[in-house]
Amino acid sequence: MHFAGSPELLKPASRKFVLLTLVCGLLLNLLPLHGLALLFRPDFVALILLFWAIREPRKLGFTASWIVGLLMDISDGAILGQHALAYVLGVYVAILLHRRIQRFTLWQQAAHVLLLLLLLQATMLLIRMFGGAVSPGAGYFLSCLTGTVLWPAMSQLLLLPQRGRQDTDPVYSAGHK
Amino acid sequence: MDHQAPPFFKHGPSPLTRFMFFALLSLVLMAVDARLNALNSLRQTLSVAVAPLQRLANYPAELLDRTGSFFVTQGRLQNENTAFRQRQLVQAVQLQSMQATQGENAYLRKILGIHQRRGESMVTTEIVYTGRDPFSQKIIVDKGSSHKIQAGQPALDDIGVIGQVTRVYPFSSEITLLTDKDQAIPVEIVRNGTRAIAFGHGQDGSLELPFMAANADIQNGDTLVTSGIDGIYPAGLPVAMVSKIERNAAFAKITCTPSAGVNRHKQLLILIGEVRPVQPPIPADPDADSKASVQKKKGH
Repeated sequence: MHFAGSPELLKPASRKFVLLTLVCGLLLNLLPLHGLALLFRPDFVALILLFWAIREPRKLGFTASWIVGLLMDISDGAILGQHALAYVLGVYVAILLHRRIQRFTLWQQAAHVLLLLLLLQATMLLIRMFGGAVSPGAGYFLSCLTGTVLWPAMSQLLLLPQRGRQDTDPVYSAGHK
Repeated sequence: MDHQAPPFFKHGPSPLTRFMFFALLSLVLMAVDARLNALNSLRQTLSVAVAPLQRLANYPAELLDRTGSFFVTQGRLQNENTAFRQRQLVQAVQLQSMQATQGENAYLRKILGIHQRRGESMVTTEIVYTGRDPFSQKIIVDKGSSHKIQAGQPALDDIGVIGQVTRVYPFSSEITLLTDKDQAIPVEIVRNGTRAIAFGHGQDGSLELPFMAANADIQNGDTLVTSGIDGIYPAGLPVAMVSKIERNAAFAKITCTPSAGVNRHKQLLILIGEVRPVQPPIPADPDADSKASVQKKKGH
């Protein structure tokens, strides 16, 4: 039987690399965009968290997700715990489903990720509605679509380091050095 | 008796337990943050961690901005220069007449025995980025408590009021725009002096004047300025212009367009001086008068 996803054995990602990607995601989220660009900007942190939760659930702790969520709350000026709760929820569901999602092709994975991202946004929307905020309209969910479209490219990019090390022959690389 | 074999691998608590723990923690945090102001110090601490990242994220846009301004054509600069000179001339004349008026005003106030309004000192700040929270209308500026900015101070641009400082960090502060849903500002109509309170509408960047009777004397195009009775905004600053009136119900539905806007330029002023409330009119009946004097004694 042929499994479309994970056709090759990859080296495990290092914890440092996971953290580094999270910081990069945070940086991308902090870009000073406004207007339409902000509306379409995917939540990079959420995407990267989901990626590691699906790919290497052991490497991504709930603590890290929660703290990154808090940092997002601070930088957005949102209520403390809004992103944190949404991220922890998303990571939990992703960890529950990670064996299943890993077996799909990248685009099929993206469909799952769309649902997860919608879950995240809906959680945040609910939290704010409880707080008495007005709904920002359907445009609020646009970022989920861009996130979904970005998923395959982002997966390839984040897997690159593990793949690169895999290809080199130990004897050859030793001689090369 | 059931005996379970010890697990091969140590996993720690199950994902569900961990999720429940962090979800609970978030909920508690949200409740505390929404109800109490106890988390300000936590916010301050974490904002220090985010600040360098934010600066790094702003860097590309800043670089682009700087390169763009370096390659401005000379013609455009010259045009701008002449326009500025003309405007300066006009403003100089206006300033002279204003100084005369101010002098006269100070004299009249002295005669009337009203407290002199303190000179308002202000800080120029630059907008770092517009808020990313889609539920609120906020902007972040580049100066904070290190420049004597405090929460509650009004923010202006060259035309009128923009909003109010709501959160202060050491090197940045957050300004909630007038158009935010939770923001209110006391105004008066320039034409006839009717007082009202303008509330932000939230999404579409307009203001509303609720609680105005359907037959209230208000017209399309009326200018609203701050009335100054709240002691936060100094009196007489332009706030908005009435753009739409519907008089169907008992209360009119009045929509206004804010005069100032954050989309045009990057600089803002924040008034850091203490603004005194305008003295309320002296009540006519002696009973209320004595009460007022008692209150005054208490205050001093």
